[in-house]
Amino acid sequence: MSVELLNFIETVLNGLMSGVMYSLVALGFVLIFKASGVFNFAQGVFALFAALTLVGYQTGQVPFAHLINELFGTNYHNWYASMPNFLAIILTMITMIALAWIIERLVLKHLVNQDPIILFMATIGLAFALEGVGDLMWGSDVKVLDVGIPSGGSVWLEEATIGLAAEGSDYYGMYIDVLNVWATVIAVILVITLALFSQYTKTGRALRAVADDHQAALSVGISLRTIWILVWAISGFIAMVAGIMWGTESGVQFSLSLIALKALPVLILGGFTSIPGAIIGGLLIGVGEKLAEIYIGGYFETGALENWFAYVMALVFLLFRPQGLFGDKIIERV
Amino acid sequence: MRIKQLLIGITASVIAISSYVEIAIADLKFPMLVYRTGAYAPNGIPNADGFVDYYKMINARDGGIGGEKIFHPECETGYKTQVGVECYEKNKKDAMVFQPMSTGITYQLIPKATADGVTVYSTGYGRTSAANGKVFKWIFNAPVTYWDGASIAVRHILKNNFGNIKGKKIALVYHNSAYGKEPIRTLQTLSKKHGFKLMLLPVDHPGQEQKATWLKIRKARPDNVLMWGWGVMNQVAVKSAASIKFPMDKFIGIWWSGSENDVLPAGQGAHGYKSLTFNAPGDSYQVHKDIKKYVHDKGEASGDGSHFGTVLYNRGLFQAMVQVEAAVVAQKIHGTSKITPAMYRDGMEAVNLSAKRMEELGFKDFAPPFKNTCANHGGSGLAAVQQWDAKAKKWNMITEYMYGDSDVVQKLIAEDSSKYAAEQKIAERCN
Repeated sequence: MSVELLNFIETVLNGLMSGVMYSLVALGFVLIFKASGVFNFAQGVFALFAALTLVGYQTGQVPFAHLINELFGTNYHNWYASMPNFLAIILTMITMIALAWIIERLVLKHLVNQDPIILFMATIGLAFALEGVGDLMWGSDVKVLDVGIPSGGSVWLEEATIGLAAEGSDYYGMYIDVLNVWATVIAVILVITLALFSQYTKTGRALRAVADDHQAALSVGISLRTIWILVWAISGFIAMVAGIMWGTESGVQFSLSLIALKALPVLILGGFTSIPGAIIGGLLIGVGEKLAEIYIGGYFETGALENWFAYVMALVFLLFRPQGLFGDKIIERV
Repeated sequence: MRIKQLLIGITASVIAISSYVEIAIADLKFPMLVYRTGAYAPNGIPNADGFVDYYKMINARDGGIGGEKIFHPECETGYKTQVGVECYEKNKKDAMVFQPMSTGITYQLIPKATADGVTVYSTGYGRTSAANGKVFKWIFNAPVTYWDGASIAVRHILKNNFGNIKGKKIALVYHNSAYGKEPIRTLQTLSKKHGFKLMLLPVDHPGQEQKATWLKIRKARPDNVLMWGWGVMNQVAVKSAASIKFPMDKFIGIWWSGSENDVLPAGQGAHGYKSLTFNAPGDSYQVHKDIKKYVHDKGEASGDGSHFGTVLYNRGLFQAMVQVEAAVVAQKIHGTSKITPAMYRDGMEAVNLSAKRMEELGFKDFAPPFKNTCANHGGSGLAAVQQWDAKAKKWNMITEYMYGDSDVVQKLIAEDSSKYAAEQKIAERCN
């Protein structure tokens, strides 16, 4: 095989793996949008908040330590040295469920029957508020997140593919980050679990009913508020998974909230209401931006196509299929 | 309703009186443009803490500068240029000096501050050609510029290649902003001079995703990678380099890509990563002892005190020290403790931080000596290389402080500043 072809395959594979990381964020958006029609702008901050909380529990950091010390002249920072990963993840999940409940009580409950744009604006406010609370609670330092997921280039793949190139060619194997492989496995498990949950459980069917028609769901006795709490809790859990993956890759810091911006083109491509759409959209965006950066990036003086090419793809897609690949077609009757 | 109005009136009066009293007591105003929130907060906080602790120490230990207390209001920019300019406009009245803490903000403030008669001090960042004091009367960027930095990095690579880098490949991974683009011109000139091939790899804000950039590096296999990064871009780059097994001792960051924050997330993978620096790390200097005694031990530390002695905290100390020293010099020149912004500028231009003076200020061996002159606002142009020891979790200085390629840098500075002078119709001074 020629080195060029092998490099092309490597770029595509890495694009697919990056796409899975975007999909992890996009999944949370889709779930909430399907169930409540709310485009949750705070989903990226959810991922940040979950990752901050997880590191906080792992390292025994006292929440709001800075505030407490400032107010009472104390010097509290940590109340224990470390916590096992499993326990810290469970506690973070409980925190995210509590957060979902608080959001429902404080925000959503008061905005029932409001226009979607009002709900969207509320989530923008929520994003800023939650970012501020996260800062007060856990501080702004870069935090190292390690839950035992391996990262770094796969030596096995490198060695297995080095012989694929023509003899004598300057090739040193294919590169894939093991962390991205793990992200892919976790995303697949997540999607299968979500599909099984919504197909075969009573709650899952209630969730689908709410997604299809709020009024009809209410008329058969489904509690809209319970479903909303559930959906926000699930997307909080997905945000935690995304936060773990992204936080392991770059350290936990406040720029993590900006990963939400990567989910937008994914949603435009895949559709706002489709879980498979979030996955396929992520994969397409991931591959598209990596190919663009590597093969045509050199022709642009300003470069850095990797960051904005996804939006170009999304814009082009909007022109031809505004509802996305798998989204519901919007039909307005007049 | 009347009670409500009364309460509002009282509150407004209290605020007005308290702000008046504060300014009246504190005669020397050193506004701080900070970013304690947002994507760049992990870098902005330790730096700002260094400034604040130093000012507090001077106020507590010496009673201020020549008896005048330092007033240091903070304005949050979030590293956003537009907000930085707003912060400048809000705080420029009676301000001695602005430290923009962003090259983008610095570029915007250069014409404004020049018109307003306010000193801008961009320590080791900002517009490199502002080092030419003949053109940029109000702007200072000592002790070293980005163009010095680029040429010092190349000099270090030359030294490791026995003086010959002809045919070698050097990649520049840079923040796609005014800051990141600053060294390109120098590196292009140096690539012609030394015969190395330059690869330019921009990374957009914030730099969370760099996979394609590092795949390119893996394919092109440059002999060295230089980095002009900030914030999360640094952490992702160091981690990505480790992931593709790029030799870390051939990866050199500028002084803003060499803090503990940048390397810790990569764990052992960051071992051997190098960066330039113009100040030493550590907390064993006299200035640290004084800050501990007069500030931290009294529970007055800025933030939670956890950044004490880190690279960016120490840089904040250094920056604040130069700004305070400029006021001391200005007071001496003009024979009054109550200096004006114009007098302060004179002081900044006459700053002479010799080794002896640095020792007196508690900064012995902390940074190389430098002095500003009418023509030279860029300082000594000295920087050293430090290397990260991941096992000990500390930076070690591995070279002496060295000069860049002054032939190349001075020529570029003269060219760029002349162009600016012609555009702005500025007559050269100091002749």
